[in-house]
Amino acid sequence: MNLLASLPLYPLLSFLVLISFGKRLSWAVASWLSVGAMGLSALCSLVLFAQLSTSEVNVITSHLWQWFSIGSAKVNVSFYLDALSAVMILVVTGVGFLIHLFAAIYMKNDENFTRFMAYMNLFIVAMLVLVLADNLVLLYLGWEGVGLCSFLLIGFWYQEKSNVLAARKAFIVTRIGDTAMAIGLFLLFKSLSSLNIVEINQLAQTSDVFSLSLANNEPSDAYWAALLLLGGAVGKSAQLPLQTWLPDAMAGPTPVSALIHAATMVTAGVYLIARMNGVFIMAPEVMTYVAWLGVITLLLAGVAALAQTDIKRVLAYSTMSQIGYMMLALGAGAWSAGVFHLMTHAFFKALLFLTAGAVILALHHQQNLFKMGGLLKKLPFESALFFIGLSCLVALPGTSGFFSKEAIIASLWSSPTAGASLWWCAILGALLTSIYSCRLFFLAFLGDQRFPKDLVISEHVDTNYILRAALVFLALLSLFGGLFTVDLSTVLPVNNKSELSPDWLHIVAILTPFIGIAFSWFYFKRYRNKGITSLEESQSSWVVFCRNGLGFDVIYRFLLVKPYCFIAELNRRDLFDQLIMLSARYVGIWRDILSASQNGSLRWFAATFGLSMVGLILVVIL
Amino acid sequence: MTDIPLVHVLILSSLLFTIGFVGVVVRKNTLFMLMSLEVMLNAVGVAFIGAGSVWQEADGQIMFMLILTLAAAEVAVGLALLIRMQRHYRTLDIDVLSKMKG
Repeated sequence: MNLLASLPLYPLLSFLVLISFGKRLSWAVASWLSVGAMGLSALCSLVLFAQLSTSEVNVITSHLWQWFSIGSAKVNVSFYLDALSAVMILVVTGVGFLIHLFAAIYMKNDENFTRFMAYMNLFIVAMLVLVLADNLVLLYLGWEGVGLCSFLLIGFWYQEKSNVLAARKAFIVTRIGDTAMAIGLFLLFKSLSSLNIVEINQLAQTSDVFSLSLANNEPSDAYWAALLLLGGAVGKSAQLPLQTWLPDAMAGPTPVSALIHAATMVTAGVYLIARMNGVFIMAPEVMTYVAWLGVITLLLAGVAALAQTDIKRVLAYSTMSQIGYMMLALGAGAWSAGVFHLMTHAFFKALLFLTAGAVILALHHQQNLFKMGGLLKKLPFESALFFIGLSCLVALPGTSGFFSKEAIIASLWSSPTAGASLWWCAILGALLTSIYSCRLFFLAFLGDQRFPKDLVISEHVDTNYILRAALVFLALLSLFGGLFTVDLSTVLPVNNKSELSPDWLHIVAILTPFIGIAFSWFYFKRYRNKGITSLEESQSSWVVFCRNGLGFDVIYRFLLVKPYCFIAELNRRDLFDQLIMLSARYVGIWRDILSASQNGSLRWFAATFGLSMVGLILVVIL
Repeated sequence: MTDIPLVHVLILSSLLFTIGFVGVVVRKNTLFMLMSLEVMLNAVGVAFIGAGSVWQEADGQIMFMLILTLAAAEVAVGLALLIRMQRHYRTLDIDVLSKMKG
């Protein structure tokens, strides 16, 4: 058993133990087991990463067994580690380990603690399978696995109806994308007769069947395959038009939001597109769609984030908008910049979510920003960390977010699939990001205390040194993660064109966050000033419209959910059921006739006997 | 002896059989059902005799002897049962006596 194959094994074993023994395990045993397994995985991935960067070969593979074969194509359970998946496993196990550590303390008093940690471990297993898979079928297994874990963890507190509805919504909406992706896999297999990722990326460049369309106006297989894969990515990464599930997914416990809905799972779509770069390069139109989709999502999510009142929902919309940046980078052909932003985003968004979780717990489950305020004095440690996270988010120079976001924005201007208009949109997005971040910080940490004066700050999170260590470590990663660059040129194509973008572009990009901060310093004066002890949420229709996610939920409810429920209601007595029930009816009629003949009267029996004899004889004679 | 055509014998036999059958089905009194059974047996006997005389074989008559003894034995048992039934239940109505309905 080599190191690569053992990577997902530790969390898997821990999951199996936790799920089979359940509540019989004490808190100490369960948390040591789950966090320890994650620690081992994180160590393994560090060792693997070191091996990969020192050795001559660019790839480490591990073949476990053959899953099944279709004709000559074999689908193996085997893992494939290159620079791209190495970055992913570092993020998944590293950030995952810190979040597990946090969760073990955060969820300590929950009665279903072991179940929670079991699901978290299972999620890590599925995510590792997703990023390490060497073929698309295994990737799809991991893809569905993380979807399942997301469903289980959003609905973790299943006694509340709203949590269950949120879980169901997340599951169904992502399923729509997954269906598109499955069809995309079939199409790829049909045209390239392979499901191996490396083979597909190579064949896509060379196979004529795949890249050329028969008639000139007809899109090629590459176009459709890329479009369908994009459908899967859009669902998982909460991009337009399947983005509605992510804000609701905040119903889950905060570590879940940090791990699944910020750092790892939602970036799986970005990973998928980066992984299948060979296919996407053959379909430049789809690359442009990716870029536009990303940019529209990032703007809409930025606008929606401006109006949120729930601290976690602000972060959820900001996640959507940051993933929009990643999509934009991929669409513009800046592959490594997108993956780089994926990594730095995982660091600072995990930090933001965990700190928000600590704040929420300290305030006894108060998530409403308008009922916080003045936390800088009460929770100085959390405030400092939150500030670090936000400065990465708005890309203040020097932080990790700065490096990755600037790399994305710089690549847009001269990219053949993007262009100047997308560049301006990205700048506008950066402006929005800084404005909503400021609003969030002012509302929560500055100003006057707006929660009851006699509320005792719950201290068990604030003072726990393990928790603090995890948060500080994440903060260090967020600050200095930008220096930690990985050479992805062995996996992802590099734009060799000399970038001839004018200097003023860089200056504008660097200045944008400061403009946003300056603007909000004056515009949100009310939020940061002392002396205001209660703030009313704005009820103007425009703000409410933004707060409710720009009306997408309403549109979908009337366009899709209502008609579907109407049809389901019409077909309540299922038509096919009725057809099948006909045979049962037929049998039932005979049952009635025969049981009526068994009436127990001797004379009836004699009559039937005699008459049937006559009938039989008649049949024989005739 | 004037020849009687077999068809006539069979018509008589089936008429008797039908009368007996209808009697079994229609009558409620067990005694009459028993009598109707006798009529049916005799109808079969007539058919045997007729057939035996057409083929000039003794088998038909032997068969009839068998049926006759059978009928005598059956009637003996049947009448004994009838007497027991009358004593026990004070009725011979077959529908009242029926216990076969589940």
